[in-house]
Amino acid sequence: MNLISTCGVGIRFGGRRILRDINLSIREREIVTIVGPNGSGKTTLLRVLIGAQSPTEGVVTRGAGVSIGYVPQRLAIDRSMPLTVSRWLRLAGAHQASDRQRMAERVDIVGLLGEQMTSLSGGEFQRALLAQALLARPALLVLDEPTQGLDQLAVASFYRLIEAVRGEIGCAVLMVSHDLHVVMRSSDHVICLNGHVCCEGTPTVVSAAPEYQALFGFGAEGALALYRHEHDHRHDHADTTDTHAG
Amino acid sequence: MTIVMTTQTQQTPMLDDFLIRAALAGIGLALAAGPLGCFVVWRRMAYFGDATAHAAILGVALSLAFSLSLFVGVLVAALAMSLGVLALAGRLYTMDTLLGVAAHGALALGLVAVSFLPGGRVDLMAYLFGDILAVSQLDIAVIWIGAVVVLILLRLRWQALLLVTLSTDLAAARGYDARREQLILTLALAVLVAVAIKIVGALLITAMLIIPAAAARSMSRTPESMAVIAAIVGLCSIISGLSASFYWNTPTGPTMIVAAIILFVLASLWSVVNRGR
Repeated sequence: MNLISTCGVGIRFGGRRILRDINLSIREREIVTIVGPNGSGKTTLLRVLIGAQSPTEGVVTRGAGVSIGYVPQRLAIDRSMPLTVSRWLRLAGAHQASDRQRMAERVDIVGLLGEQMTSLSGGEFQRALLAQALLARPALLVLDEPTQGLDQLAVASFYRLIEAVRGEIGCAVLMVSHDLHVVMRSSDHVICLNGHVCCEGTPTVVSAAPEYQALFGFGAEGALALYRHEHDHRHDHADTTDTHAG
Repeated sequence: MTIVMTTQTQQTPMLDDFLIRAALAGIGLALAAGPLGCFVVWRRMAYFGDATAHAAILGVALSLAFSLSLFVGVLVAALAMSLGVLALAGRLYTMDTLLGVAAHGALALGLVAVSFLPGGRVDLMAYLFGDILAVSQLDIAVIWIGAVVVLILLRLRWQALLLVTLSTDLAAARGYDARREQLILTLALAVLVAVAIKIVGALLITAMLIIPAAAARSMSRTPESMAVIAAIVGLCSIISGLSASFYWNTPTGPTMIVAAIILFVLASLWSVVNRGR
């Protein structure tokens, strides 16, 4: 069953086209990762999927009763608002105190429940955001670059935590990520985005795709792929010219 | 002798009467202004509150010209102003610029409009700075109904309003509509302005919203405690301001705001001292 799917979704801001012709679907318990360069419309696509923005073209279909837990890229809590970690977790809705306690223990923030949200470190803050998103037991967990600003060690442990809680709660995960090596290890499905879907599939398929390598072009292999890709293109062009000449 | 006694017994209750009426009116305002003021502070809507309040003078002209009740005239003007600004914001001008145009435009237009009204000059001081000592029993009823409406709106939408204030995307993922919650706050603000104009006047309404909430910030750990403490600070400002203005014969509305400022300064000092420890 598809939790959420899009059909021909596009977004225009003024005259600019940010996204076009996005067709994707997310199944139960699947981990889907969106990768793409800056300005490729990743965050916009997430905002369309969670319902924060209506697409200017196409439709988004959300399965009946599918709840979404969302971890935003950044959350600037104004210093004028007092907010303890415990009160933040209660914003998830009316849950048992024991549920909140268990979730806080699960993501290792139980000692911080009485602290102000604004006093947490980057990693603690991300775990508090994750805990709140998970408390509602969502069918789909959506994360927008959740590890931005964390150090390598914290990044690795944050992704391990997400994989583990996905197993426990049984939700699907959709995330935008810059941490390509992690993505390639833990995703079921990777979508490479650059205004449109360049290529998609399992991590092995995507990492071998010329479109993906052209966008990210790592190391010698990536550079070679990029060269080969361009060469193919020129060759095609030459063929066409030949045909015309003939 | 009997006559003298009657006059005396009648005078004392009358004296109490207008003070008690003023206190009742002020308490109603403070209870609603505290929690609503917290949202004004959290969402940085101070200037928005100012514009809504200044539109009240246009509302005064409206209600005098069409013989409407003051409450209705001010409510209509305040709502029209805030909805207009919300609709136009972000297109060509920022909210800040639009509010600057709207706030002073409404105030100036209102003052000019009032001067055109027949039947001599209206005493504008009462509308600009309030006249709490002149509130009638009907005024008190209107103020309390308005305050209760504001509190019920906030109570019903509390969770959604907090989420929208923290992040509109987070609220959207949860199924809340940011625009609708913004409209609810706008409506609550317009109602509060309409009931507050009699008490503190158009120029000082924002002060009753912001100062108690700001004073409460340093003493609170959760949004709820800040809302409750803001209401209490507002209450103390009203009562102490009222007594002070009675003893020193100072204008009542401004005296209540001065009392609130004193509480704000004390709260700030208290938090500085506590942090030092």
